[in-house]
Amino acid sequence: MTTLTDPPKASFRLSMLFNDTRYRSLTFQAIAAVALALSIWYLGNNLIQNLRAAGLNISYDFLGDPAGYDINQRLVEYDSQSSHAKAALVGLLNTLLVAFLACITATIFGVIAGVLRLSNNWIVSKLMAVYVEIFRNIPVLIWIIIIFTIMTAVMPGPREFRGDNPTSSMVLDLFAFTNRGVYVPMPFFENGLFGSPTMNWVLVLLVAVGSWFATRKVSARAAQIQADTGVRPKTLWTNLAIWLVPFLALMVIMGLSWEVPALKGFNFSGGIKIGGPLIALWFALSIYTGAFIAENVRAGIQAVSKGQTEAASALGLRPRRVMNLVVLPQALRVIIPPLISQYLNITKNSSLAIAVGYADITATLGGITLNQTGRAIECVLLLMLFYLTASLTISMVMNVYNASVKLKER
Amino acid sequence: MAGPDKNSIAFVATEVIPESPPPARETGIVKWGRENLFSSIPNGILTLVSLWLIYVILSSTLPWILNGVWTTSSLAECREVLAGKTGACFSVLTERWNQLLYGFKYPTDAYWRPNLAFVLMLVAIAPVLFFDLPRKMLVFTALYPFVAFWLIWGGTIMAPVVALLGFVIAGAFFQKFGRSNFALGFFGGAVIALIVWSIGGALIPEGASENAVLSAVPSRDLGGFMLNMMLGLTCVSLSIPLGIALALGRQSNMPLIKGICVVFIEFVRGVPLITLLFVASVMLSYFFPPESTVDLFLRVVIMITMFSAAYIAEVIRGGLAALPKGQYEAADSLGLDYAQAMRLIILPQALKISIPGIVNVAVGLFKDTTLVSVISMFDLVGMIRGPILASTEWNGVYWELLGFAALLFFVVCYSISQYSQWLERKLHKGH
Repeated sequence: MTTLTDPPKASFRLSMLFNDTRYRSLTFQAIAAVALALSIWYLGNNLIQNLRAAGLNISYDFLGDPAGYDINQRLVEYDSQSSHAKAALVGLLNTLLVAFLACITATIFGVIAGVLRLSNNWIVSKLMAVYVEIFRNIPVLIWIIIIFTIMTAVMPGPREFRGDNPTSSMVLDLFAFTNRGVYVPMPFFENGLFGSPTMNWVLVLLVAVGSWFATRKVSARAAQIQADTGVRPKTLWTNLAIWLVPFLALMVIMGLSWEVPALKGFNFSGGIKIGGPLIALWFALSIYTGAFIAENVRAGIQAVSKGQTEAASALGLRPRRVMNLVVLPQALRVIIPPLISQYLNITKNSSLAIAVGYADITATLGGITLNQTGRAIECVLLLMLFYLTASLTISMVMNVYNASVKLKER
Repeated sequence: MAGPDKNSIAFVATEVIPESPPPARETGIVKWGRENLFSSIPNGILTLVSLWLIYVILSSTLPWILNGVWTTSSLAECREVLAGKTGACFSVLTERWNQLLYGFKYPTDAYWRPNLAFVLMLVAIAPVLFFDLPRKMLVFTALYPFVAFWLIWGGTIMAPVVALLGFVIAGAFFQKFGRSNFALGFFGGAVIALIVWSIGGALIPEGASENAVLSAVPSRDLGGFMLNMMLGLTCVSLSIPLGIALALGRQSNMPLIKGICVVFIEFVRGVPLITLLFVASVMLSYFFPPESTVDLFLRVVIMITMFSAAYIAEVIRGGLAALPKGQYEAADSLGLDYAQAMRLIILPQALKISIPGIVNVAVGLFKDTTLVSVISMFDLVGMIRGPILASTEWNGVYWELLGFAALLFFVVCYSISQYSQWLERKLHKGH
């Protein structure tokens, strides 16, 4: 016979707040809430008093005032009469630009180094181990400064390209590496279909997206045929044609040309100028983060057990298909989450731009604007808000991806 | 018929053929080279490319390093000595050695103090790193922060003594009451320590630091690699307890406490360290009482500690999550309360799992201490970019200085990560 023992129906006593597990968590949370409120009140009160003493207030009106400083590297129209908000926008786009570029190159460096580190070739794997250890164990700030120094102190100045017997010359007559930055040819359309160059590039992008969808269709159809008949039709040439023909046609119609940089007066003009700070930041971030990604890639590949490779070989798959169909999908599940947190690190480390004078958002909003207006609190809060948004967006993407590749278990 | 004649059998070997050596291509270095360097054509190409790369790197750096000049007093003199040959001007390191290590304002006659503090640090840290050493040494580790503070900042010995006294009395209180009631012991101890500090602080006479045995050094005079070491060590050791508390808070089933911890951790992890340093340099002073003056070093320590605590909390949360649920249930079934279960069962195991992660965070943090140069503190990088490269004698000596900084950080970080791997192998109790 079982008897249920009811909890004792003793009347509530004050000591139960601490000794009874039913109430204790409430007590602790109440204490925590009071402590939190008190500290917020204390800090807020200090803030108000300090601001009053300094004759300041919290206001974001300064964002509308003219910034009064120039930014060399910019993706949108900007001059010194533009507002502080516009300067912050220029910085924001610059941050996104360098983060995007560095993510791509860091992935390339990392994958190459990670795969080569597992190579059977002794000297190559050791070389890659040295690369990884050297770059992981030295602060990224030092790397940024080192590469910036190479860009400014070692590269020739534009004047060395002048004269009859110049000491420096352009690479292939197309690229100029100077201490002010690297000049590369700029593509443009002679008779674009639209008036503005931006619209023409959007058109090119649209065509590329269209090609991508078309190739997806072709692959899906090939998979369908394979499922029905067991023979997969060759899709390589079709896909190549889908990619190249519309693209080339568009280029011919719009008359693609290249504007090659040339020495005019004391400096190069024409072409696209990639400033020294941007290159230093981009390259340093990619090569530093590449070392971390290499370790992730290596760990991911090693995480796939040897039995998987052997089983795939036993099924008669060829080495390439073993890699593509069995090893990589499983390795990617291990590699991608740390890879995305490395992307996050790149985005955050790009704030080191301020050390080499690249006008990212930290340098514009958190640097010059802050110093000019003295609006420390507002600027730092906006800065944090931007980075928080970027980080949370990236982690959200990561969570969606993780959910989609999670092992489907019962 | 006669027995089989010896010659009627076609061939019988009558003596053992001597063992011949294996073919040359199947032994020794040749075999190793064939298998590891030239097993296929692409592999051979890779080998050659790597060799060429190594040659390029060595041929450009070795003469430069070996030709180095160590004894001149300025770049111009150094170039004279080199007379057009390639060579490094390492004399900037010898001439500015003290600045690189201690910053340019630390009193010259007091260099022995940070040196002594550094040596004592090795002694203090040894029992933490190597478990085989006698446990009694931990007493010195506990005393070390106060000793080091007194050595580096100097001033009256009363300040560290009062600080130590507060901890000792609070610890004694915790020993007495914490066994039966953790919350009472902990919070009671904290209150008692605060009381001791405020009474002690009031007792220290004004101007006690002026005629102290060790002359007082203000925080803004600290610099060089010493500053990096101090920031790294202080912030890591402060952030481990804070990180444990945050990780436990995040695991808690009290929604308010969990919420506070989650918001704090995600906020700090979402912003770059630089913005937090900006907070330390331009914003944090607004949040202190109007008449107080909290110096920049302390503000930076607060922000970096918060930063690394959030990362360490995430590492420890991983360790907590990796423990089998049975451990929590076993602790409950033994009748242990929360504090006992955590202290005796959960945390020892969870921390052991998290050690490699914590070391990774520590290495990352140590590298990140260079960022303080951005808010114009003169750490190693700040010294190089500021006073040394800007001086007329050494304007233009980039590679020697940057290479030296890189080497220092590499040595420290690489040894820490090797230690972590060694520890991981040692702690690995599996099969």
